[in-house]
Amino acid sequence: MTDVPLPYRVIRVNRETADTVTLVLAPTGPATLAPFAPGQFAMVYAFGVGEIPVSVSRIDRHALRHTIRSVGAVSAALCALRPGSRVGLRGPFGTGWELDRAAGQDLLVVAGGIGLAPLRPLVLDALAARHRYGQLNLLVGARSPGDLLYAQQLRFWTAHRGLRHCAVTVDRSADGWWGHVGLVTTLLNHAEFAPDSTTAYLCGPEVMIRATARDLVHRGLPAQRIRVSLERNMRCATGHCGHCQLGGVLLCRDGPVIGWDRADPLLSVREL
Amino acid sequence: MAGSTATAVLDRNGLDALVKELTAQGRTVVGPTVRDGAVVLAELASADRLPWGWGTRVEAGRYRLVPREDGAVFAHTAGPQSWKAFLHPQREQLWSADRGSDGSLSIVEERADPASYAFLGVRPCDLRAIAVQDRVLTGGRFQDSGYAARRTGAFLIAAECTEPGATCFCVSMGSGPAADTGFDLALTEVVDDAGHRFFARAGSTAGAEVLSGLPHRPPDPGTEAAAHDAVEAARDRMGRAMPPVSLRDLMGESLEASRWDDVAARCLTCGNCTMVCPTCFCTTTEDVTDLTGDHAERWQRWDSCFDLDFSHLHGGPVRATPRSRYRQWLTHKLSTWYEQFGSSGCVGCGRCITWCPVGIDITEEAAALHDELAARLRQEEENDEGGGDDRKEPER
Ligand SMILES: Cc1cc2nc3c(=O)[nH]c(=O)nc-3n(C[C@H](O)[C@H](O)[C@H](O)COP(=O)(O)OP(=O)(O)OC[C@H]3O[C@@H](n4cnc5c(N)ncnc54)[C@H](O)[C@@H]3O)c2cc1C
Ligand code: SF4
Ligand code: SF4
Ligand code: FES
Repeated sequence: MTDVPLPYRVIRVNRETADTVTLVLAPTGPATLAPFAPGQFAMVYAFGVGEIPVSVSRIDRHALRHTIRSVGAVSAALCALRPGSRVGLRGPFGTGWELDRAAGQDLLVVAGGIGLAPLRPLVLDALAARHRYGQLNLLVGARSPGDLLYAQQLRFWTAHRGLRHCAVTVDRSADGWWGHVGLVTTLLNHAEFAPDSTTAYLCGPEVMIRATARDLVHRGLPAQRIRVSLERNMRCATGHCGHCQLGGVLLCRDGPVIGWDRADPLLSVREL
Repeated sequence: MAGSTATAVLDRNGLDALVKELTAQGRTVVGPTVRDGAVVLAELASADRLPWGWGTRVEAGRYRLVPREDGAVFAHTAGPQSWKAFLHPQREQLWSADRGSDGSLSIVEERADPASYAFLGVRPCDLRAIAVQDRVLTGGRFQDSGYAARRTGAFLIAAECTEPGATCFCVSMGSGPAADTGFDLALTEVVDDAGHRFFARAGSTAGAEVLSGLPHRPPDPGTEAAAHDAVEAARDRMGRAMPPVSLRDLMGESLEASRWDDVAARCLTCGNCTMVCPTCFCTTTEDVTDLTGDHAERWQRWDSCFDLDFSHLHGGPVRATPRSRYRQWLTHKLSTWYEQFGSSGCVGCGRCITWCPVGIDITEEAAALHDELAARLRQEEENDEGGGDDRKEPER
């Protein structure tokens, strides 16, 4: 189903932060979308309002999860949905993180803000197959402690799932916050990875992706082993509307996850 | 009686019969007609509606119809529309959604039944443009099903170019003035002492069958040679040309050129160039609801990369300045299109030059970028030679 949205039912709404919710969605009939891979996205339709690209934030056999931050008309309408409401879904679209390609290597996952959502299924897959990878580092940045996504889950992963290198930082501290304060790049010093055998996965605001990727290249990571997920306006997700162009890249088709070797020269040109 | 004819000579009656035959096959026949001082594409009830005796005079930012003494019908250059208006229409409904009283949602595809088109008088550059849009809209992993349905059954009758306009540059884009492939029938108009006639070639089985059913003469060497010569002569009379370099590389090297500021100072970002361009395919979507609020529709309509909202992200547009939007249009046409769809996005039809209200000329911009790049490379070379010190091992 890539042309016409398939109705899905909201079976649960998890409030994550003041402006962000996770919708747990299941098909309303026997038809379902093809399976999603971590990093891929769906076009999510809010009835009568519009349709926006949203990554999958968790993939279960019977349900899809999308974690959505309310920033405008469509995302606000989606965040206001209640259990039992319907949405339309198209997908899966785009490239995934392709964790398999990093077998045997250290993993470095760096998320800023809502960028943790597309990375969660990747982290879950890595935790489910810990023996296949070296160190698993998860570095998370948020604007403030209250904006931190999946806080409980991060603690659970650290306490019970063997996630040893999880560090969190906030731009602005608040009462009761005893963690790091500052940009997510400052956490790189706390991570444990061998630059020559590490794959990094980055998602978040473009400035954060740029700063982190450049820092990692500086530390000796080859650009093609830094995978970044980028965002552009998307109307069709099928490669036909032209909105998601970033130079020669059609981000809905060739992305959203691309290698930093490809992204760096494009993001270095202002307003490309 | 089904027959098959590869080449033939038609006269005006032959064209009449062609329109009648295609209409009888249930096709909507579309071709050039004269309306509101321009040659516009419209449904043809008969070949009489074609622009007999009309030519065009074009320049950057100017277009004028001029009567012709010789009565020629295909002596005009590209008009304000292209065939994409039919194959990839300006506005199209995609689907509708209804919300039931129990909150249920049903969504159904709403593509209109595709017309079975016959296009009469497709220029070689426009044939190429159709092939370009085919790759964009149906050549990838996902197909635009509406386009595919309209395109699959379309019957294309090319008209080779014998009267190129001042804004044409198909020769330098390798897309004209002769029609090589991609047509069912190709016509070459010949007007000389031996009369007004059309050398016709079939390019498909369907074309050969149609041709055999029309009143025609067998091809004579005189007509075939005259047709060939007229197209060859057109090759040497192109109004414009692109600089003879790899435009793909030129654009790639010119992303920070100062020429973009120069053109941005003239460009109105009106988007006319994208509307008239036969390959520009960009669309956006509109969601509308009726008064009950329980019925919603998704429409698709043409969009333009010159529109500020085109690159909207919730933080603001990515391409806020006219400089970046003109750069996007030109680099996409001439360069990034290769990476995305395997060919150039420009076929040299000249429409964007003719219909730009301020006469911005894609060939002139490319030439200026080329000059700027050449000057920059010269400068870098001189610096390299002059700065011998750079190459000395630094003292330590
Ligand atoms: C691949 C991908 C994955 C993403 N994953 C997630 C995710 O997991 N979670 C998440 O929260 N976000 C995600 N996003 C971002 C999300 O898609 C945007 O936040 C969302 O599109 C904002 O839409 P909106 O209607 O809420 O906001 P708006 O800013 O109102 O924009 C909505 C749309 O309306 C159009 N629009 C806005 N204003 C105008 C106007 N004046 N005129 C015409 N059109 C206009 C724009 O084209 C825009 O696409 C992702 C984006 C991409 C590309
Ligand atoms: S860019 Fe201009 S000359 Fe090239 S195909 Fe489009 S309208 Fe024609
Ligand atoms: S180049 Fe000309 S036609 Fe195109 S947007 Fe600018 S002013 Fe309009
Ligand atoms: S979102 Fe339409 S081409 Fe990528």
